[in-house]
Amino acid sequence: MRREGSAFSGLGVVMLKELSDHLTSVRMRVLEWLVVLVALAALYGAIQQIKDTTAEDPFLFLRLFTTSREPLPSFVSFISFLVPLMAIGLGFDAVNGEYSRRTLSRILAQPIYRDALLFGKFLAGLVTLAVSLITLWLLVVGLGLLLIGIPPGAEEIGRSFLFLLVTIIYAGVWLALALLFSVLFRSAATAALVTLGLWLFITFIWPVLAGAVAQVIAPPDPRYMALGLQTPATAETEQILARLSPSTLFAEVVVALLDPTTRSLGPIYLSQLQGAVLGAPLPIGESMLIAWPQTVGMIAGAILLFVIGYVIFQRQEVRA
Amino acid sequence: MNEDTVIEAKSLTKTYGSAVAVDEISFNVGRGEIFGLLGPNGAGKTTTILMLLGLTDISAGEVNVLGFNPAREPLSVKRRVGYMPDTVGFYDNLTAADNLRYTARLIGFKPMDREKRIAGALDRTGLVEFADKRVGTFSRGMRQRLGLAEIVMKGAQIAILDEPTSGLDPHATAELLAIIRGFKGDGISVLLASHLLERVQSVCDRVALFSGGRIALMGTVAELGREVLGGGYVVDIEADGAGLAERLALIPGVSGVETIGIGKLRLHADRDVRPEAATEVVAMHGRLKYLGVQEPSLDAIYTRYFEARPDEGMTIKEGARHAA
Repeated sequence: MRREGSAFSGLGVVMLKELSDHLTSVRMRVLEWLVVLVALAALYGAIQQIKDTTAEDPFLFLRLFTTSREPLPSFVSFISFLVPLMAIGLGFDAVNGEYSRRTLSRILAQPIYRDALLFGKFLAGLVTLAVSLITLWLLVVGLGLLLIGIPPGAEEIGRSFLFLLVTIIYAGVWLALALLFSVLFRSAATAALVTLGLWLFITFIWPVLAGAVAQVIAPPDPRYMALGLQTPATAETEQILARLSPSTLFAEVVVALLDPTTRSLGPIYLSQLQGAVLGAPLPIGESMLIAWPQTVGMIAGAILLFVIGYVIFQRQEVRA
Repeated sequence: MNEDTVIEAKSLTKTYGSAVAVDEISFNVGRGEIFGLLGPNGAGKTTTILMLLGLTDISAGEVNVLGFNPAREPLSVKRRVGYMPDTVGFYDNLTAADNLRYTARLIGFKPMDREKRIAGALDRTGLVEFADKRVGTFSRGMRQRLGLAEIVMKGAQIAILDEPTSGLDPHATAELLAIIRGFKGDGISVLLASHLLERVQSVCDRVALFSGGRIALMGTVAELGREVLGGGYVVDIEADGAGLAERLALIPGVSGVETIGIGKLRLHADRDVRPEAATEVVAMHGRLKYLGVQEPSLDAIYTRYFEARPDEGMTIKEGARHAA
């Protein structure tokens, strides 16, 4: 049965309202300050480290993102830790909040479809995250210029810009997950706890578990073990399993983009190294090519999570 | 569907798996009519409303709202129908006017038209002075009035109100019912769902009494009273005039005349004899001060109906207990 009108009628109105709510909410301000302060601390540490240890580097500007100085982790590590928190913070009560405020049935009684409401909320969250991340990126670029005193090259700007885009995609995955749980659970507190629990599991526990599970699926070959080497089949299985986590995918993309010397994101065999000039940087296009499967994986993950949430939301009874 | 009918439901059914929430109900709502969908909590009133708005699938049967099918043309229905859900919710961080502005944008009103409509709706519901106050500070009664303001702002042809007086004090209830009566004056049809029978009885032109997903009784309160409680019409009259009682007793259909006070008479008849009674008073050059038909209470009708048919459904009191 074909429905009348556009599924996206009212999408812009919902998005602008949600965007305004996010940008003026206390929750968002706290998250933004947290990210900015932590990122500045990491940046300061990186600059100190660069000044102390780096004499000459064709990609000095990119080191701002990846270099760390004890006890602070690098800017990238901070971002990969805090971006999911920001996304979950914006999405965990997106739909169940409408139920608890008892606004959902009143809003859906206006001439819009549920599609517009859900998609509008997702887009508003994504735009909010994008605005925050772009601001942070500009801050890092500006401070980097001021403190290092060397202007970045076009390739460095391009790579850092791609890093920004990938970070927004990464945020989209967590936002879609938070939105899914906000559809699944009527209680915002339950949705927040479950999403945070899953984030902890995926980010910190799964990478460890992946190794153990891989050894069960593809047991190590004793001949490789005798030589102190990892069995290729086990290593590949472990990598496949680890890549189920968006955090792993994001980390791999970041390595490919911010370290131009990265030539592969999987196990490297000696035969592949024949003729390779080790340490020579790759052009930006080839680095992106290496990171492309992981990027597409994150986009697909975000779409999949959103679609699951969409289907469940469409079937839900709206009584509040 | 004739042009005086705004809602027409035929054998409307809603099932959830093997559970039947609404069981083949049929009813019409006329233009400018206030139609009460009354019954205990869980009787199927809200599910019926959701089907009328296209917010839930229809399992079987047909429904037509202002000539549109809510399942296929939900946007056309929702553009013309205003809905105030049970315990209506608004965004607490926004002002009353901003909440209405958001709805107006969703409907697609142009900015100039939007502001005019919002001002008019707030004025109509007595909320002008609270237009710029955050809804978080509003009482329950004010929120309900804001819900009605939204329907006014929308320019709806039908207002669907789900438990509009639930949780309100008598004063707020009276204010709300006055606004609902005003809707009728504007030609807006009202479908009103409630479990508080005695509160909404006074505004409803016709009612359908729900129980267990079915419409058990439907008609005017007077009709239902005669059908369930038995007996004929009881007409109270207050007028001057010597020998009036004797003249009224001669009206065809009148079975008895009772004096209930000075100048106050009660007629027992097998039909509505108010026109003839008024004519007699005028013919005797008397002064008519009051003339009215005693309406039975919906509570009494409902209780009596289900006392006689205990297997058909819960009483209101039982329904309220279950809901609690």
